[in-house]
Amino acid sequence: MRRSADAILTGLPAGGATAPRYGFGYLLRRYARNRLALIGLWVVLLIIGLAIFAPWIAPHNPIKTNFENLLKPPASTHIMGTDDLGRDILSRIIYGTRTSLLAGVISVGIAVAIGLPLGLLAGFYRGRLDDVLMRLTDAMLSFPFLVLALAMAAVLGAGLDRAMIAIGIVFTPGFVRLSRGQVLSEREQNYVEAARASGAGDGRIIWRHILPNIVSPVLVQASLSTAAAITAEAALSFLGLGTQPPTPSWGSMLNIAQAYLGSAPWMALWPGLAIFITVLSINLTGDGLREALDPRLRSV
Amino acid sequence: MSRFLVRRLLLTLPVLFFVSVIVFSLISLIPGDPARVLLGEEVSTDALEVLRKQLGLDRPLHIRYLYWLGRIVKGDLGKSVRDGRPVLDTLLQKLPTTIELAITSLIVAWAIAIPAGVLAAWKRRSAWDYGATTVALAGISIPNFWLGIMLIYLLAVNLRLLPPSGYVEPWIDLSRNLRLMVMPSIVLGSALAALVMRILRSSLIEVLGTDYVRTAHAKGLNDRTVVLKHAMKNAMIPVVTIMGLQLSGLLGGAIITETIFAIPGLGRLAVESILTRDYPMVQGVVLFAALAVVITNLAVDMIYASLDPRIRLEERTA
Repeated sequence: MRRSADAILTGLPAGGATAPRYGFGYLLRRYARNRLALIGLWVVLLIIGLAIFAPWIAPHNPIKTNFENLLKPPASTHIMGTDDLGRDILSRIIYGTRTSLLAGVISVGIAVAIGLPLGLLAGFYRGRLDDVLMRLTDAMLSFPFLVLALAMAAVLGAGLDRAMIAIGIVFTPGFVRLSRGQVLSEREQNYVEAARASGAGDGRIIWRHILPNIVSPVLVQASLSTAAAITAEAALSFLGLGTQPPTPSWGSMLNIAQAYLGSAPWMALWPGLAIFITVLSINLTGDGLREALDPRLRSV
Repeated sequence: MSRFLVRRLLLTLPVLFFVSVIVFSLISLIPGDPARVLLGEEVSTDALEVLRKQLGLDRPLHIRYLYWLGRIVKGDLGKSVRDGRPVLDTLLQKLPTTIELAITSLIVAWAIAIPAGVLAAWKRRSAWDYGATTVALAGISIPNFWLGIMLIYLLAVNLRLLPPSGYVEPWIDLSRNLRLMVMPSIVLGSALAALVMRILRSSLIEVLGTDYVRTAHAKGLNDRTVVLKHAMKNAMIPVVTIMGLQLSGLLGGAIITETIFAIPGLGRLAVESILTRDYPMVQGVVLFAALAVVITNLAVDMIYASLDPRIRLEERTA
């Protein structure tokens, strides 16, 4: 619909002044040229696999305590050693992928679900709604991210579900701003004018015409925010406000590990490494995605 | 200029209004009876009634907000539930420690980021560039609480080069103070260094492609002079522009860093207040942090407007 309307008005091939659309195969080839991004994607897929198949992969029960096996260093029976309650660290790391990925995806899902529609409406209608929303997002962005997430988690109470809500709310203004900015430039394009001339209403223009054109930057932002959300959940759990014991979470594992740093440093090593590798690979994937979707960045 | 100042100040007012609404909501939105949440379950009905009156819970929400705002404007942030001390006094007492940590971290961040950013942009697409960019990405991805724990293990527990944690005021023992601040500054500064390096790199690449830089080359100046004397001045603008963002990162990061290294600053105060449900103190810290960022952003804009007439002109023609 957009292509034909645009082509009628401008007499140019569909796409006109807007960013050209590429096929999935083309984008995949562009993405694959960035080797680091490709490695990142493979690691992300591996981590997703670990999360899905955790019960089959984990060698031990992650929450079962074993008081004859306390603080054992890495060995053949427990590759990453055991913790202060004799639990197998490798199994807890594997199950921890579920907590981290869930936190990342749900938090960002909440932020996109609230932020994207608000940004679309503010950018499309402008006026007072836009003014109020922009000042509100300015205010929310004035709070240091972790300070606000921590305060909200404190108000909502400890727990993974509440931590995800807190992180999601804190991420929302970023998506409002991003989608609003995109809509502001898209609404001036010929295809919007053409759609209006062909009788499309506001709702149809926003959802059927503008939304598909702003999905790419939102997708990139969402992938990079997922990495930040995983770190935030780990930070909240580290401070005792996120995932509660005995559920395996990399952040709470690090919290406990602090007390055994001298006697069992492996307790701190593995969960931190797991967070680092996960966040780094998601960031690499996000950067690669941005590069593949935005041709202008390729020259920088 | 004065028109720009007035406009910028007027734009800050609604932001401050929403900041106050968000901070006020932190206590108002506590599920259940805030007085009971504040005092705990085992408390007399009389004490609950007294606190409900103190908090104004018997009045409508908007009246409570106005009453609260009136107190805040006068500098009365309430009293700590934990020790009964005025919140503002405690905040001001903890502030210098956090400022010291922020300054030392900023020094570490800029000391790493500026040479790395310049090198990456100057030697673009070289091993230097790829190396610096990858290290920066790793810096952003590394969780600072893990970096802190690992540094303690390596430098304090294993090598015994530095004390593991704690704080001594600089005027009591400067040498020990500095030794105690090394690890926290590296932890807090590293993530910021990665951010600053990435921004400086892309900004310098852009500036190096401008006409005046080409002219400088055409005049026969060497690369070093062109980059360091001509391009750097303009390339640093975005780095300074994000001072508010940097401060925001430092204040947020201070929560984790001060907790790990047992530094008695605002960050650790925030965590302790949250864990002990000292909500007036939580409100105070959150408000304080947001105001610091708003004021920094305002100050940066004002300084720019006074230095660069184009900003004022853009504003007028917008």
